[in-house]
Order: sequence, then structure tokens, then C-alpha cells
Amino acid sequence: MTTPSLPGSPPGTFGEDTKLESTKASALKGRFAGKLEAYALLIAWLGVIVVFSFVKPETFAQWSNVSSILASNAILVVITLALIIPLTTGDFDLSVASVAGLSAVTVAQLNVNLGWPLWLAILAAFAVALLVGAINGGLIVLLGIESLIVTLGMSTIITGVMLWVTDARTVTGVDPALVDMVIRNRFLGIPFIFYYALILTFIIWYIFQFTPLGQRLLVAGRNRDVARLAGIRVGLLRWGAMVAASLIAALAGILIVGLSGSAGPSTGLDYLLPAFAAAFLGSTAIRPGRFNAWGTFVAVYFLVTGITALQLLGAKTFVQYLFYGTALILAVALSQHIKRRRLKQGF
Amino acid sequence: MNNTPLLKITNLTKVFGGQKALDRVNLTVNVGEVHGLLGENGSGKSTLIKILSGFYEPDEGQLEVNGKSVALPLLPGQYRSLGFEFVHQDLGLLPSLTVTENLFMGRIAESRTPYFSWLNARRQATKIFADYDVNIDPSAYVDEVRPVQRAALAIIRAIEGIKYLRASAGAEVEPSLLVLDEPTVYLPSQEVDVLFGLVRNIVEQGSSVLFVSHNLDEVRQITNSISVLRDGRSVGTLNTETSTKRELVRLIVGRDLDQDEFEPIPVSRSEDTVLSVNGLTTSLVQDVSFDLRKGEILGLAGLAGSGFEDPVYSLFGSDRTASGEFMLSDLPVKFSGHNERSAIGMGMALVPADRKIFGSIFDLPMADNVNLTVLDNFFFKGILRHNKLRKNARDLLKEFDVRPQLVGMDYGLFSGGNQQKAMMAKWLQLPQAILLLHEPTQGVDIGAREQIYQVIRGRTSTMSTIIASSDFEELATLCDRVGIFVKGRLAGFLTGDDVNHSKIAEMCMGESADAR
Repeated sequence: MTTPSLPGSPPGTFGEDTKLESTKASALKGRFAGKLEAYALLIAWLGVIVVFSFVKPETFAQWSNVSSILASNAILVVITLALIIPLTTGDFDLSVASVAGLSAVTVAQLNVNLGWPLWLAILAAFAVALLVGAINGGLIVLLGIESLIVTLGMSTIITGVMLWVTDARTVTGVDPALVDMVIRNRFLGIPFIFYYALILTFIIWYIFQFTPLGQRLLVAGRNRDVARLAGIRVGLLRWGAMVAASLIAALAGILIVGLSGSAGPSTGLDYLLPAFAAAFLGSTAIRPGRFNAWGTFVAVYFLVTGITALQLLGAKTFVQYLFYGTALILAVALSQHIKRRRLKQGF
Repeated sequence: MNNTPLLKITNLTKVFGGQKALDRVNLTVNVGEVHGLLGENGSGKSTLIKILSGFYEPDEGQLEVNGKSVALPLLPGQYRSLGFEFVHQDLGLLPSLTVTENLFMGRIAESRTPYFSWLNARRQATKIFADYDVNIDPSAYVDEVRPVQRAALAIIRAIEGIKYLRASAGAEVEPSLLVLDEPTVYLPSQEVDVLFGLVRNIVEQGSSVLFVSHNLDEVRQITNSISVLRDGRSVGTLNTETSTKRELVRLIVGRDLDQDEFEPIPVSRSEDTVLSVNGLTTSLVQDVSFDLRKGEILGLAGLAGSGFEDPVYSLFGSDRTASGEFMLSDLPVKFSGHNERSAIGMGMALVPADRKIFGSIFDLPMADNVNLTVLDNFFFKGILRHNKLRKNARDLLKEFDVRPQLVGMDYGLFSGGNQQKAMMAKWLQLPQAILLLHEPTQGVDIGAREQIYQVIRGRTSTMSTIIASSDFEELATLCDRVGIFVKGRLAGFLTGDDVNHSKIAEMCMGESADAR
């Protein structure tokens, strides 16, 4: 029989030393390629900036343009950050954009038409989002319904509610204090809204990277059985991720109101596809193969810089749809390629 | 009967990572016979079958079908045109569709006509079942019919598939080969006869059957001849009628029954019971009760489908069908309502058999995998200490001799043995008192296996261990006591000198056991 009873077989007799060298070499080579891969998007973004600064120095390379790009797309950063939390636990949330819209409408409606103080209206918007997230998570975890289906239904319901509540009209005249806090007040010439997105990026980065919670979210999303067998409360985490996504989406909605001073029946809905494009593109950068905060941040600004540049060259509005759609498909293709390559090496 | 064998395999060799899964294997199946293929887990049976189905590429070997030489490796799907058909243990049926839909699935997939008559199909199904003399309702849903009817459906579908393909290709009808890979594992013994009737019927119609099984009695009942594999080698082909069961066991196990050499079994250290299971019932086992003593290494053995691994998963709270209760340090715990978190809290650890599905995350680094159980210990002042976590992982890899010692390398890139050592490390860094293992050395090379054994033995002063394994040699080497599972029941225990490979094998294969 093949089992020798040799207690304490010396290391080196295990027939793996020859393999060791080549594995080590390929691991090192992989590490270098990995570094390059991690910063490819960042480099591409800087490349776009440099090229267009030369091509259109009089419009593109102006501080006002930079500040406007950073501020007006902070909302997309926030919504995409909301999205990557459930994506990390392996669930889709198609309702983030509509929850943002709903919270915008809630703030505007309560503040303008019912005369609630601003802070109370904002609190109410978060409460509504909490409810939506709790229902989403409950249906997904307790009833085991596909997250895609649950949130597709939920976003449609919310769109209906928004139309109903606003009576299909835009509500204007929100407390200017909100506008001040979001867009009018500036730091280093950039409106506050950008810093909110920046702070949130730091927070999500911290949670994903520097807490056991972040590690558990990742593991629960990668392999629910492994997570369960390690004593992780998978259901609770998935539920919590849906709730967190809704709350952050509500923050985005409040920022939308602050940006425009108004909210209407279709506010926020256009953010869904760009958010998915940015989330998947972001998962190929900084920490390739994982949805991550800084990857998201870079991806959003890469996409919007590209679009702005094209528009400065004379492209019309339609170009952003082409751009985002293409980016989503390319980003998913790219992230699947990364995954497959890693799996292939695994065998 | 003609004398050209239907299937002739010569010198078939397949190497996995330096280990020969098949080593110059020969196998001949004659026309019109039921040929048994026997061997323990890891003896190479499934590798051989996967080469026949074109899934693996062999390193060497020749294949002849009906006297004609066929080039290896087979292309995917080529087995059909050779007249092979496979029925695996899982049967490959879609339970939410009807019997008729399942029966004609292949035909629909390949159909080029725009119209398919279900009325006609149902009528044909009724006729086919009548031809084979089995009673299945063609309009019933597959998940509503009895297990034996499901198995029969899968077998009939395979045979009809070959016939249809040949008829539509206009080829002259040559004998075909049906490979049955453990088709009886989930069937109650009294119903196996129905299946055997079907197999005989198929052979009378001019096909041959290659019957792969663990179960000696069944193989002896249905086959004409039997080939045995051991450690990837052909060790003999016997005529079923003239061979004895004892002879077969000897061929399978590979040694004379009374001359076992293995190292002396450590005497059980204590009579103190740390854990007792009372009346555990799951989807596979009924009313299982046993005690685990302090410092003991208790083995659980059985054939596939006997449920020998269920106590391990139930104790860890991950079998939701489990009922009954267990006592842990005088505390009664119900299996229902028990879960993984409570099990870990009670000081248990589980290293499951399937590293890929349940044990680890292949596309995360080694450090992330081994540190999963201790994350909270490395979170202080609001920061998860990645440097300390990496150091912890490095120390563990060193202690458990996992190579290469690169904690940033993806888990899936390590070899099987190193993956398994890392899984052990992941749990043994905790102060757990009960270690639950299922197939601890499956797909693990010899050196790593020996190291894992040492780890298990080395912890008996602080840990009690339960090992569910289908590797009987392993149980004989490690265990103080081995509980034998036969068809969902704990049939008895082997202790002392009886804890040896052949005794375990005999009892598992249903030889009358003197249960105590």
C-alpha cells in the first residue's frame, strides 16, 4: 500500500520542491502584471486629461471646467458606491437610482409643499430609504428571491410612487440652505458636494479594507457556503448590504436636490446605467477583481472626463449613452477576463 | 455471439500532477455481457470512465471499439457515435419536467423540424416503457415518480438515445455500450431488482453494460465478469460465477486478509465522554447514536450513499435536515436550531471534503483564506491589521509546512495537499476541542497525507476528532475506533485489532458484521 508510516518525514521529500521554483517565479511575474493592471485605469484617466488639455487648452484645461466636472459627477460617485456594497455580497440592486429619486422627491415635497423644516425632511427621506432597503433585503434573504427581480420590481414601484406623489410635476423652491451646503459653498474652488463624495469614498474604502466586516462581506459574496461554514451570518450581511445601499442612495438623492434646488418625477433615474458601468469598470482597477471604493472613484471620473472631452470636441448629448453602454459591456467583459485568468491559473 | 470484443482498452495511462491515476490499465468488455468494474475510491474507476466520455485526455493507451481502432483522446461528444452512453449517479434528469420531456430531451435538442408532436411523443414513450417492461407514467413529473423509476428512466433514455442516433445516421446496427456509474447508490435494496431486470433486458437486445459500483453484492448478482482496479492498475479480471466474494475483496483491498501491516493503534487515552449523539436522523441516516471520548480519534466509514459523513456535518450545524440531539459537556443540544455559529462557539471545527465548494475561496489569496476564522483578533483601534494578519498567515504556513510560503498567492494556485494543510491550519489556530473531518486527504499527495496524519495525531491531548472517510487505509492508520454505516444505519463499531483495512471494507460492503 502507498501509505508509509514514516513519522517526521523530512521536508524536501514531498516532491514539490521542483514545482516550487516555477510557482514562485510565476507568482512574482503575476505580481508585476497585477500592479500594472491595478493602475491601468488611473493612467488611462490621466492620459485622457493630458491629451485633451493640449487639444482644447482654452476650454478643457480650465479650473472652472475641472471644478464643474468634479462637482456635477459627485452624485454618480455616491450612487456607484451605494451599488458596490450589494455587488460585493453578490446581489444586484437595480433600485439605487430610483431610491435616490424617491428621497429627492421626499425632501422637496415635504420641505416645499408641506413646509417641514429641511432637517426633518432629510431625516424622513432617510427613513423612507431605510424602509425600501429593509424590504428589498428581506425579500432577497428571507424569501430567497433573486435580487435582480426584487429590485427591478421595487424600482418600478418607486417610479410609480414618484409620479403619483409629484403629480408628474417638478417641485421647485427647496430651502436654499441645502443648495448652499451642496453646491454654493466651495473649498479650494470646488463645491462641497465633491468633498461629500470624497469622504464617502474614504469611509467605504475604510470599511472594505480595514474592518473584519469588509472582509466578511467579500467572503459572503464569493462563496456563501464557505462563509457560512466559517460562522459568518451570510443572511444578515446581505440584508445589511441592501439597507446600506438604499441609505447611501438616499444621500445621493438629497445631493441632487441640493444641486438643482428641485425634484421631479424622473429625478435620479438616469443614473442607473452609468452607475453599473462605473461599478464594473471600477472593479478592474486599484484592486482588480474586487469592487472597491477608489476603483469606483477613478472609474466614474474616467468615464465623465471622456464624455466631457468628446462633448467639447462637438459631440452631442447622445454620445454619453453610447459611451456608458459600451463602457458597461467592456468593463464586464474585462472583469470576467480577469476572473477567468485567475481561475485558469488555479488549476 | 461473435468473438470481437465490443470494447478493448490497452495500456491506458493518465498522469495527474506527477501521480499516475491510471497505470497501463487493460479492460475488455465482450458483446452481450454485463461487466463489473470494481475498486476503492481513488483506484481510477472514474478517471477511466471520464476518458471514455472524452472528458480527460489520456497520456497513453489504445482503444478498440468493435474491432476497429479509435484514436485517443476522444473528442467531446464522440462517444455517441461510437455507441457509448453514460448514466451517472446523479442521473442527469430535469426533475421539474415530465417523464416524456426528459425521455426525448436529446431528440428535441437535435431536432431540425419546426414541429414536435407531444401527443405522438407520449404515445411513443408508453410503447418504449412497455417494451422494457417497466411501469412509468409518461405524463408524471420526474420529481414525483419513485427513485427507482427515475433511475430506470435515465437508463432507458440512454439506450434509446443510442438507438435513435444510429437509426437516423443510417449506420448498420453495431452493439453499443451502456456505462452505469454507481446507479444504485440512492436506491433501497429491494428496488434494485427492478433495475437489474432492465439491465438484463438491455443485454438481451444486443448491448453490453459496464457496471461500476462499490457494492460487491450487487456486482456479483448482475455481472458476468468483473475487472478490478487498485491504485490505478488492473489487478485482475474474474468470471463472476467461479469467483468468491473473499477473492474479490482481496483483489480490491490488495492484501491477504489476515496480514495487515500498519502501525500499532494508539490505545484510547480516556474513557471520559466529551460528546454523545442521540438519535440523529437526516435525509440519509436514521437514528444514529454514538459517544466520542476525550482525545479519541473516531472514524466513520461507509460506502457512498450510506450517509457515513452526515454526523460530521450535522454536528457542525450545517445539515438543515438533521433532527435528534447531542450532549456536549452535560449540555443537551437539539440538532434542529443548531447552526455553524453555535457549533464554533461550542468549540467545534469542521474541515469539509470539498475544498473547492465548501472549504475555501480559490480566487482569494491564501492569507485571506486562512485568516477567515480569526479576523476579529486582528482588529484593534479601529483598523484591521493587515501586516499582522499576513504575519499570522506566514507563521501558519510555516507551522503546517504549506508550500510555497507565499501568503499573497491565490489559494487555488496551491497544490491539493498544500490546500488541505492550509484548511487544517485555518481551524487548528483556534482553541477548538472537537475536530470534525470529512475525507481529510482526498486528492492529496502521499507526503502531505502523512503530515496531515501527524497533525491529527499530535492534537489528541487537547482535541477529540471524528473522521468521516471512504479511505479505509486512512481510518485503519489513524483511528481508535471506527463506526460502520450501512444503508443509512450505524451498523456497529470496530475496535482494537479489528480496526484494519480489510475488516472495515468487508463490513462496509455488507459482510455480516458482529455489531456491538
